[in-house]
Amino acid sequence: MRCTRCRARAVVDVPRANAHFCGACFTEQYVPNLVLRAIKHDDMCSRSDRILVAVSGGKDSLALWQLLTDLGYQADGLYVGLGIGGYSDRSAVVCHDFAVALGRELITVDLEEYAGYTISAAARNKRRPACATCGLSKRHVFNAVARDRGYDVLATGHNLDDEVAVLFGNVLRWETDYLARQSPVLTSTHPSLVRKIKPLYRIAERETAAYCVVKGIDYVVEECPLVEGNTQMKFKSALDALEEASPGTKHSFLFGFLEKGKAHFPSDGAELRACSRCGSATPGEVCAFCKAQATLIQITPRPTSEVGL
Amino acid sequence: MQLRNPDRRLDLPGPLRVDVLIKRCGLHPNAVLVIRERHLLAGDDTVSDADTVEIRPVISGGSSAGSLGGSSGGSA
Repeated sequence: MRCTRCRARAVVDVPRANAHFCGACFTEQYVPNLVLRAIKHDDMCSRSDRILVAVSGGKDSLALWQLLTDLGYQADGLYVGLGIGGYSDRSAVVCHDFAVALGRELITVDLEEYAGYTISAAARNKRRPACATCGLSKRHVFNAVARDRGYDVLATGHNLDDEVAVLFGNVLRWETDYLARQSPVLTSTHPSLVRKIKPLYRIAERETAAYCVVKGIDYVVEECPLVEGNTQMKFKSALDALEEASPGTKHSFLFGFLEKGKAHFPSDGAELRACSRCGSATPGEVCAFCKAQATLIQITPRPTSEVGL
Repeated sequence: MQLRNPDRRLDLPGPLRVDVLIKRCGLHPNAVLVIRERHLLAGDDTVSDADTVEIRPVISGGSSAGSLGGSSGGSA
């Protein structure tokens, strides 16, 4: 198999583009060009913006941080320690080491210190899946830190497969409100909301992993121990079968929606106000994060020094 | 051969093309990378009895491994 660009030995195949790439053409041309295309096509950010990249230690977020830095953007990292035992400890070390190698600042927030609960404790709450609580918590902390530290843009490592799986789930359930909001850019609709961008949304998950391997980025391969039964994972598995049978299916589904379908799902235009507890934007009196926090603090075991043992 | 998430080891007789190896393991080619000594292998590369390769899932949230086929023999 030969590189489509330079005819050297190829190591990565991209069936949806009917292309193969050698390591150099893949990491220095194909992937960066897709990121630049996303940034310019969707007017995501400029090189004068201060960007905060939400990093987990996984392939997508570390690849994104590397790419934005290489492309000349001012990108710092934010890692949220979720309290998932050794998995979180190892992820924190990977993020720290990566930030040092990249020469950029890494902001670290411990969820238990910040909010009074861990995701491990949240997993014991049978009324709400741990992944849902984790997503809600991270979105809140990401936005709060970006806002409080004066960043212009918050960037996340959502890739093509993530976006397709979310779209698939929202279509299966006809979640019209979520379909209206699905976009590679979420503009600020309230003074407390920071602009959010997904520069990897044109790049497949396998491609970000391949990018990391070729670039020698030691990301966390280990899977989150709480992810078993995750619905999005089931959707991804089904979509992989469709993609294998017909390469390009995922791309067509997402970009067809963004170009032709999304306009049919207008935003509900709900007026946002400041949460009475934390000041974050919410359509109600109290935001979803504060409501969840009130419940989760009660089921999080306190240190023995606090309970008098 | 080492497979990730969950970690396990499997011996398969070589030589085997990488795309055949992936199929033999019951995996989707779009859902894994095959790595030998920190280098990516393409679908038409061949792994031999003497090789140790890692089959790494790339789908966040864990990759469904499917059934693992193949007989024991030299390690591929």
